[in-house]
Amino acid sequence: MVVSMLARKEQAVIPAAPLSVNKSPEQEPKAQKIVLETKHLYVYYGEKPAIKNVSLAFPEHQVTALIGPSGCGKSTYLRSLNRMNDEVAGCRIEGDILYKGEHLNRPGVDVFEVRKHIGMVFQRPNPFAKSIFENVAFGPKHHGVKKALLEEIVEESLKKAALWDEVKDRLHTSALALSGGQQQRLCIARALAMNPEVLLLDEPASALDPVSTGKIEELIVELKKEYTVAIVTHNMQQAARISDITTFFYMGELIEAGETSQMFTNPKKKQTEDYLSGNFG
Amino acid sequence: MMKAKIADRIATSVLYLIALFIVAILVGLLGYILASGVPHISWSFITSSPQTFTKGGGIGPQLFNSFYLLVLTMIISIPIALGAGIYMAEYAKKNWLTDLLRTAIEVLSSLPSIVVGLFGFLFFVLSMGWGFSILSGALALSVFNLPLMVRVVEDSLRGISPAQREAGLALGVSRWETIKSVMLPAALPGIITGIILASGRVFGEAAALIYTAGMSSPNLDFTNWNPFDVTSPLNPFRPAETLAVHIWKINGEGIMPDAAAVSSGASAVLILFILVFNFSARFIGKWIHRRMTMH
Repeated sequence: MVVSMLARKEQAVIPAAPLSVNKSPEQEPKAQKIVLETKHLYVYYGEKPAIKNVSLAFPEHQVTALIGPSGCGKSTYLRSLNRMNDEVAGCRIEGDILYKGEHLNRPGVDVFEVRKHIGMVFQRPNPFAKSIFENVAFGPKHHGVKKALLEEIVEESLKKAALWDEVKDRLHTSALALSGGQQQRLCIARALAMNPEVLLLDEPASALDPVSTGKIEELIVELKKEYTVAIVTHNMQQAARISDITTFFYMGELIEAGETSQMFTNPKKKQTEDYLSGNFG
Repeated sequence: MMKAKIADRIATSVLYLIALFIVAILVGLLGYILASGVPHISWSFITSSPQTFTKGGGIGPQLFNSFYLLVLTMIISIPIALGAGIYMAEYAKKNWLTDLLRTAIEVLSSLPSIVVGLFGFLFFVLSMGWGFSILSGALALSVFNLPLMVRVVEDSLRGISPAQREAGLALGVSRWETIKSVMLPAALPGIITGIILASGRVFGEAAALIYTAGMSSPNLDFTNWNPFDVTSPLNPFRPAETLAVHIWKINGEGIMPDAAAVSSGASAVLILFILVFNFSARFIGKWIHRRMTMH
């Protein structure tokens, strides 16, 4: 099944629903630039396909939410976008991953270069056992950014991640002393310091309390102004609150993708409707 | 209901008694060695040379030899253990080669130390022609020490959450760089604790050294630090009896009138140093961990 986001966009009539608070129909460009795209993507663990024939496009400066029941393959799909699945023994990817028209799923592609452009934040905050400053500076430092520039990058990244005010007086203390929510925003800052084009978020708020979750959600909405965001979430309300596009995965397949408002009010597929109304999953 | 409660109480008391028994063995052993040995310890005992026929000899050169061998052993085994441990924890795939390697390390670690010593005698002392020397001893001790050290490095690295590695890789940092600047620093408290504990084992080892570092110590000139001079304590080609070997020797063939006292004193010194290693391992490991996790 091929879901063309572009075609859908043009026909879409966007209701003035509070769900898509961050844009109005007038601002919507007619044809959106696609930053990242997969075509007929299959991901295998051993012989078993975990992802079957997923074609999906991620438009620039939009938040795309990946939802679906546990084990539906949404995280697997997300992790193949920056080739993090390369780290899993026995994992094989077939099909095309296109980043600005460039094929990523080809032998000879420098995966480390790919990950500079496509950043990732994980489910559990995983700051390094280093200072706050060192955490954020880690990526740029290892890619040869000059020391003099690091301070600026760290400050800017922490500001973008809405953490600067909370930590500016203790940049050189351990990141592990931060709260869970702060740690997760630090991890976002760490990813932003690489100045990526795309941010992949793998259930970034699922290990956090409601207040911290709220902050992360606000942050994501803010971040899409500069970045293209793909977020896996368990939480349907979260998808409804922050995403522009919602995609529904089930048993390794992409069942439906569309405008978040449309998906939540008027899904086209029975499975999507059942899931969203809580009939299973 | 009552039955379960009584059974539980009996089981608890039995386990409690077993634990107490183990502690009692340790306390009794340490208490005996320290009580009989500590009165003989004095500054001159620790610093002066042993006497063969008269009383009043010390253990100075032996103590120095023990430390020197320990340092050399660690210089040889730490880099190899780091390499092997990193490979086993981070790179080794599940295949026959890894299985073979793991089996080899396990067999090596279960070899009796006297066998390691004999191998050292045949290979380092005779075949390589290095004689009874510090070098032969340090290499034999390295063979004895390596399996434990590899396990220490591997286990410390495996104890670090894979999420740390993912974080590094997701930033486009190479695998080796991630290991070097994320995984190893995080594993450092565990590695250092392990190294210090292994040091205690190496420091007290005797059997592997009898035929390799030898049972004698030449007259050392502690003002001569040129490692190529025969009388220099640093010369790696001189024989070097360690404290543990010295204890073994004077109990077998010591003819000095105060042999029993020297043996007790030396044992107490040996035990004290090993206790220091053990306690400092805990303390330093915790301290580094705190340094890294707090500010």
